[in-house]
Amino acid sequence: MANFSTFGNELYTGKRSYDFVGKKKIWFLIAAAAVALSILIPVAKGGFNLGIEFRGGSEFTVSSVKNTDPALGEQAVQDVVPGSIPRVANVAGNTMRIQTDKLTDDETLRIKDGLTSAYGVTDNEVTSAFVGPTWGADVTKQALLGLVTFVVLAAFLMALYFRTWKMSLSAIVGMLVTMFITAGVYGLSDFEVTPSAIIGFLTVLSYSLYDTVVVFDKIRENTADLQASTRRTFAEEVNLAVNQTLVRSINTMMVAILPVGAILFIGAGLLGAGTLRDLSLALFVGILVGTAATIFIAAPLYAWLRQGEPDMVKQAKRVVQRRAEAAAKNASAATPATA
Amino acid sequence: MARTGPKNRAVRSLVWLGVILAVMTAVLAGGVVAGQASWAPKLALDLEGGTQMILAPKVEGGSGINEEQLNQAVAIIRQRVDGSGVAEAEISTQSGRNVVVSLPGTPSKETRALIQASADMNFRPVLQAGPGAVVPPESRTPEDQLPKPAAEPTNSSDDNWITAEVYKKFEALDCDNPSQDKQERSDPAKPLVTCEPASANSPAIKYILGPVEVKGSNISGSSFQLQRGAQGAVTNEWAVNIQFDDEGTSKFKQVTERLYQFYVSGGGQSGSNPKAQFAIVLDDQVISAPRSLAVITDGRPQITGGFTEQSAKALSDQLRFGALPISFEIQSEQQISATLGGEQLRMGMLAGLIGLLLVVIYSLFQYRALGFVTVASLLVAGALTYLAIAILGWTENYRLSLAGVAGLIVAIGQTADSFIVYFERIRDELREGRGLVSAVDNGWKRAKRTILASKAVNLLAAVVLYFVAVGNVRGFAFTLGLTAIADLIVVFLFTHPTLQLLARTKFFAEGHRFSGLDPKQLGAVPLYRGAGRVRAPEDKPTVAVRAKNTGASAEAERRMTIAERRLAERQDQLAGSSKSASKEGK
Repeated sequence: MANFSTFGNELYTGKRSYDFVGKKKIWFLIAAAAVALSILIPVAKGGFNLGIEFRGGSEFTVSSVKNTDPALGEQAVQDVVPGSIPRVANVAGNTMRIQTDKLTDDETLRIKDGLTSAYGVTDNEVTSAFVGPTWGADVTKQALLGLVTFVVLAAFLMALYFRTWKMSLSAIVGMLVTMFITAGVYGLSDFEVTPSAIIGFLTVLSYSLYDTVVVFDKIRENTADLQASTRRTFAEEVNLAVNQTLVRSINTMMVAILPVGAILFIGAGLLGAGTLRDLSLALFVGILVGTAATIFIAAPLYAWLRQGEPDMVKQAKRVVQRRAEAAAKNASAATPATA
Repeated sequence: MARTGPKNRAVRSLVWLGVILAVMTAVLAGGVVAGQASWAPKLALDLEGGTQMILAPKVEGGSGINEEQLNQAVAIIRQRVDGSGVAEAEISTQSGRNVVVSLPGTPSKETRALIQASADMNFRPVLQAGPGAVVPPESRTPEDQLPKPAAEPTNSSDDNWITAEVYKKFEALDCDNPSQDKQERSDPAKPLVTCEPASANSPAIKYILGPVEVKGSNISGSSFQLQRGAQGAVTNEWAVNIQFDDEGTSKFKQVTERLYQFYVSGGGQSGSNPKAQFAIVLDDQVISAPRSLAVITDGRPQITGGFTEQSAKALSDQLRFGALPISFEIQSEQQISATLGGEQLRMGMLAGLIGLLLVVIYSLFQYRALGFVTVASLLVAGALTYLAIAILGWTENYRLSLAGVAGLIVAIGQTADSFIVYFERIRDELREGRGLVSAVDNGWKRAKRTILASKAVNLLAAVVLYFVAVGNVRGFAFTLGLTAIADLIVVFLFTHPTLQLLARTKFFAEGHRFSGLDPKQLGAVPLYRGAGRVRAPEDKPTVAVRAKNTGASAEAERRMTIAERRLAERQDQLAGSSKSASKEGK
């Protein structure tokens, strides 16, 4: 698109401008609704579909199968334990993975026999194990502790760098919105929550804050000597900064999402369940939402937090006054100039 | 020949980058030649398979193990495994009894010992110390002169613990050539004759130790740091800090109260009464026997003297990991295959390549020739990361899991963002009407801040998660930090210098259509056009400032840039003069 640079020019000069800050109520409402849905949907579905890594259980692996129909595995388990809901997945082409809740030794043996005949494989191609969670409570605890520490420190760092806590607050709200929506979409997909997905979430978390810092740095620059100027009000400067960095936001998002999209397509399309699919779904959604949250949530929220400050109100008044004067002058000048 | 100037600085930066790459390659090549490293990065459990060990935890004195203890056992093992590098081990429980540890590759002897380490740690007072060598039979103390306890010992430092039998054992003990055969665990209520193995800066020493005074389970934490002097300044001495729990604090206070008496009566700093020492005993071997220089009432003793950073860390780790009442026995150890087929890795790599290709196409499309700078920068970043991973695989046992590979692919996006931020800044400067050389320098000044601030967020996430989290999350943090650092190196030492040099080439400086920096395409209007010509009103940019109505005027005014504002000011003047002219005409 040769016009993309024109698009960038127009955004830069302000000829083309999207009103991100002014229409904040709409964005906030959409975000609130999306967050509410993201909480409600997983709750309605009975929580996240946690993987065996978190819960532990029994796992059967049937290798070298010819027929990868999950129904065969489900039936084999239900024949032995009626009413159970085994989770059968096809892994890496010709291997079936069947996970169930805890089983007795007898049940284990019978299911093993059932799976052997159902998939038409030999005895030694079916293995079983009872496994505890590899991602136990201690891992979760430490990860959460690390996360909270990181967010607090990041908020502090941003407040220090930008010289205002309001930017920290806005950035973190934007990040939270991103996290909720990403988790909600993940819950909606019915993909199993695996450690890979959690790693994806953590990447999204750091990406979200990172993206916000880049845009906020432009806002900081644009609003640095605002008090000395009557050109634009604070909210308008913020909006201009977001517009001026819009090309960068789009380019960065594209560059970040292209490899992820490739992984998602190959992971989900060709390989089925697994590390690649879980990780890339979380990332794909997270990068899209994270970029949007910076533009639609974090920046307008920051403008809204700051524009009520007495200095900003005064400055806004000066801007309005100067504009009225300029308008009057232009109006009187207009007639003869066009003649 | 001290020529300065942007061009020379740029060349110097590129040389530095070359030096970094060459040194890293040389280090890795050295490791490969020495047979310890390999050119390929090490792969993690999910891709390479490894060794699965089933461990049976044993509780001291107890019989069975309850769930809480089992979970504690998992946490202990995880800490130990994480402590030995960043290999992402899988640790889970099996059948409510055992701990299953799956480690990538073949675990080293040290790792195995660390996992198994029975962690029987305690503190005993020293009764007698001597050189580590065995006393020759002809010079040993005759039977009739052997110590004979006169009374029941009253405390753990009482010499009455040393019986003839104990003393004979002490003399016969050879600490220079310690026997390897595993002995029965010592009785904590009886004296112990044992060795402190020789270390780099001290020979082997043998000891007679009193009964156990403080148990290792009373340690709640330990750390190591550079010691602070009296004025609070950091000295060059390393120190190990121990933190006791409440029970340990009160017991340790009693011990140091007694030992301090020996220290004072033995002549203080210059004295050498061994009874002022307490020995830290791990698996019946003394790992350190510091003197008690003060009464420790707050349960936070600090051990100093002759530590190097490594030995301080080693002791601190031993204290922390050793302070556990559970020991482990390896029940079975077998090879396990990769949980993910090679197909997953191949597909992952394929996805990465496709993704990279798309990024290249997109960059070229967006930034024309400048896109090649992005691609070259990404290649340099890739080379740096690859070398770092291979070297860290050798030194830190860093291994790539499939999630790690995906993380690296994703890092392409974040790395490229640094270039995008920078390029957009340059374009902004061009739009303001600057020449390319100064646009590059000015754009860099602004972009540098943004890049540093935003990468600081990533680095912060990496550092915090690396130190706080465990298991997979720790591996992730490591990868994140690695890519962020590689990114910074590339932006500072490659992308910026390259652009500085390119800005001086004809192709870019003249703003060739395909350079991606064509001022015309960027809508730039030079402020000054040489030979005294300044911008004339008809050169006004596409953003027309029509003064038809007040609303449009205000709208346009609101969105003006510096370049436009100047233009508008000129127009104002023109309008003003035409207004006065029309007045005159009336």
